[in-house]
Amino acid sequence: MTATLDVNGKAISVQADPATPLLWVLRDELGLTGTKFGCGMAQCGACTVHIDGQPVRSCVTPIEGLSGVKITTIEGLGGSHPLQQAWVKHDVPQCGYCQSGQIMSAAALIAQNKAPSDDEIDEAMSGNICRCGTYQRIRAAIKDAAAGKLDLAQAAGVAALEETAEEMAASAGATSRGAGR
Amino acid sequence: MNAPFSKRAAGVNLSRRDVVVGSALVGGALLVGCSPADLMSAGSKVEVGAFGPFIKIAPDGLVTVISKHIEFGQGNHAGLAAIVAEELDADWTRVVVEQAPANAKLYANSTAGAQLTGGSSAISNSWTQLRTAGAATRTMFVQAAAAKWGVPAGEITVKDSVLSHKSGKTAGFGDLVAEAARIAPPASPVLKDPKTFTLIGTDRVRRKDSVAKSTGTARFTQDVQLPDMLIAMVAHPPRFGATVSRFEVAEALKVPGVVEVFEVPSGVAVVASSTYAARMGREALTVEWNEDKAEKRGSAAIAAAFRDIVAGKGPADLKWEGFDSKGDAAAINAAKAGPKVLEATYEFPYLAHATMEPMNCVAAVDGNKVKLTFGSQGQTLDQLNVAKIVGTLPGAVEIETLFAGGSFGRRANFPSDYVAECVHIAKKIGKGRPVKLVWTREDDMRAGYFRPLVIHGVRVSLDKDGYPAAWRHRIVSQSIMKDSPIGGKGPDQTAIEGAAGSPYLKAIPVVDAQVAFPDVGVPVLWWRSVGATHTAFVMEHTIDQLALKAGKDPVEYRRALYRKAGADRHLAALDLAVEKAGPKATDGWSRGVAVHESFGSVVAQVAEVKLVDGVPKVGRVVTAIDCGVAISPDQIAAQMEGGTCYGLSAALFGEITLTDGAVDQGNFDGYRVLRMNEAPSVETHIVPSGNPPSGVGEPGTPVIAAAVANAVLAATSKATQRLPFAGQTA
Repeated sequence: MTATLDVNGKAISVQADPATPLLWVLRDELGLTGTKFGCGMAQCGACTVHIDGQPVRSCVTPIEGLSGVKITTIEGLGGSHPLQQAWVKHDVPQCGYCQSGQIMSAAALIAQNKAPSDDEIDEAMSGNICRCGTYQRIRAAIKDAAAGKLDLAQAAGVAALEETAEEMAASAGATSRGAGR
Repeated sequence: MNAPFSKRAAGVNLSRRDVVVGSALVGGALLVGCSPADLMSAGSKVEVGAFGPFIKIAPDGLVTVISKHIEFGQGNHAGLAAIVAEELDADWTRVVVEQAPANAKLYANSTAGAQLTGGSSAISNSWTQLRTAGAATRTMFVQAAAAKWGVPAGEITVKDSVLSHKSGKTAGFGDLVAEAARIAPPASPVLKDPKTFTLIGTDRVRRKDSVAKSTGTARFTQDVQLPDMLIAMVAHPPRFGATVSRFEVAEALKVPGVVEVFEVPSGVAVVASSTYAARMGREALTVEWNEDKAEKRGSAAIAAAFRDIVAGKGPADLKWEGFDSKGDAAAINAAKAGPKVLEATYEFPYLAHATMEPMNCVAAVDGNKVKLTFGSQGQTLDQLNVAKIVGTLPGAVEIETLFAGGSFGRRANFPSDYVAECVHIAKKIGKGRPVKLVWTREDDMRAGYFRPLVIHGVRVSLDKDGYPAAWRHRIVSQSIMKDSPIGGKGPDQTAIEGAAGSPYLKAIPVVDAQVAFPDVGVPVLWWRSVGATHTAFVMEHTIDQLALKAGKDPVEYRRALYRKAGADRHLAALDLAVEKAGPKATDGWSRGVAVHESFGSVVAQVAEVKLVDGVPKVGRVVTAIDCGVAISPDQIAAQMEGGTCYGLSAALFGEITLTDGAVDQGNFDGYRVLRMNEAPSVETHIVPSGNPPSGVGEPGTPVIAAAVANAVLAATSKATQRLPFAGQTA
């Protein structure tokens, strides 16, 4: 079937079996590889994206029924989202594979809650596994980003983030490369 | 006073396995008909610039440090870059890191003789090499400036990539790069006095990949997309050692996107145009397996057999091998059970590495040329194995090493299992067409290469003062090194390290320690901190039980034994952790202490624990580490935090079980791992040291389980004799 999806603010049409999980359409068809495959059964959160602002596990979300909703991936956060700045400030990532999913879950949390408590962070984040064990830095970064406390961010890190954001904006066309294939 | 940079030269404290891996490669070279020299020199083509294989400097002054080691979380890229930047006096904000190609001659791990990241050795084996490279390059710039300005080299200073002379002349690295490149590199450049370091040891040494990894732009194997690339999945047998008997392809070929279905040595491959098509194709496939040679025992039966062996009721032809033994062993065995004798048996299950990124690889085979694009942990080993499959020389196997979404040891194993599988498929496809092998979580978890199931039996008698007089120790485990191309002398160190060499055994007059390695058809492998994953628990938890028996404080008990053994570094780490933890546990929490040396570093932890529904919950963990010179205090802390979580995850929940030989767990629903709400708060303190750097990636993992068990012992007087804690249901 041909599905029309709204991904990161762009209308994109894809040819795919309606049962195909959104994850594989994003990765294989649209080239949006920031969203990761970790478990395939909504156990680890590495594939987390937003649908109309809510965090969902794209590995178990078929594309059927996704017309008319707004899909946001890590690429759609823009590159210098407060959480991304906080992640750099705290050097949260180790292997980094889970971090797109972690950031997307956290972004949905702080969009609703500017001062999440430890319990609220646990509630929002416990569906995201990090095998490197970066949890305490994730917690600290979420608190800083939610409170807007990013003044300590490394100048170099923030500059690099802005550079990445510009590159991402410049290559935005590339995100629809696979469309219609 | 330690003798800096002499006795404990970089890498001397490596686990023996790394050295053996290197030797294994040399042995393995014979299998492909080329000499060891050919093997090591036949790396893929690398253009080495004027500043050597580790440093490139661009006309705009940007310094690129080339890392021979893979970055899969451990922060080594930051540390390696900092070593160069320190000696070069480079502007840290203008230093980037690039991954080296596969070339053992240029990029071998200095202690292994092969390109390999393992044994927590990335920093230690590179320490002198990269300091020398940085210092040589600095000298070349200074000489270039001296010649250009007509001033003595000794009057030139370098700071943040800028050379200056008191006359007011200044120039950046970029301004002088052409001239510097023409200077002959000094043979033995003068290295800095560590007391004058301005970058190393500061909080300015931060990761270089945080931006890429916070924006989804870091490139992992899973993300590789190449023109005409095919995706492959493989149906694997349900039991280790089974082979394909027959298979039906018709239904699989009907799935849109499926291109080809064929047998490979490890199963049946489904090759398709997309990941989803490959998965659907594999689901439509029917395979019958020949299980004549398969391992059909369950893990309970294997554990029972190991327990019998520990108890001396094993097969008569199974050999025991001794280590660290001394004194009159008969005296221990004669000691009667009683208040002065502790007997304990400990059981550790199989563990999966369960990296976030399941194993995967991209390969393209064009005649005798191979290009691999993936997170390679042991490039030389992978080149060798792949060369054998394709029938070419290791140097014809080019490897582009990417970030890997974790490894914890899994990505380096003797047959290069998932790499070999991918290359068999790419060879069949041929014509240089790239094939990405994708393993699902279930493929990954059921493929074996687990941390071995291990049983320890310990019997210790106390002297009149309550200290150990005689220590009997039995370990039964599969051997990790057994399937390596060569066997080393003496028992496989990967099963005994940490018990072998323990300061406690040094302090005790009579030791009878032996290990036996029964054969089981389950593939086993090193798993972050290897032997220490179980030996640290046994030594440290036994010590607390002995202290309890003796009516002594466990911290004082350790101090006395460390003093007797001359274990000054253990003592210093313990003292620092205890001091920083403060005199009193948080209200409602009990405390446990454990100390262990692995990969040249000593880690001490004080863990605060309370039992919730019978399972320990861990709150505050105060950690002290002696890892020699601390290059990046922040990344050392990160590894202590992460290593503690990895060890705690296994201690609380980690267990792979087999029923009639088939792995029971397939995903994170069955193989539970630590989540945010269960994560402790880890504080890290570094013991000041002038010794060269030692391991950081692994030493944070093995201590926590014992610290938690000791806290539970303090609270309940109950010892823990089996991990994981969550599987303790009586």
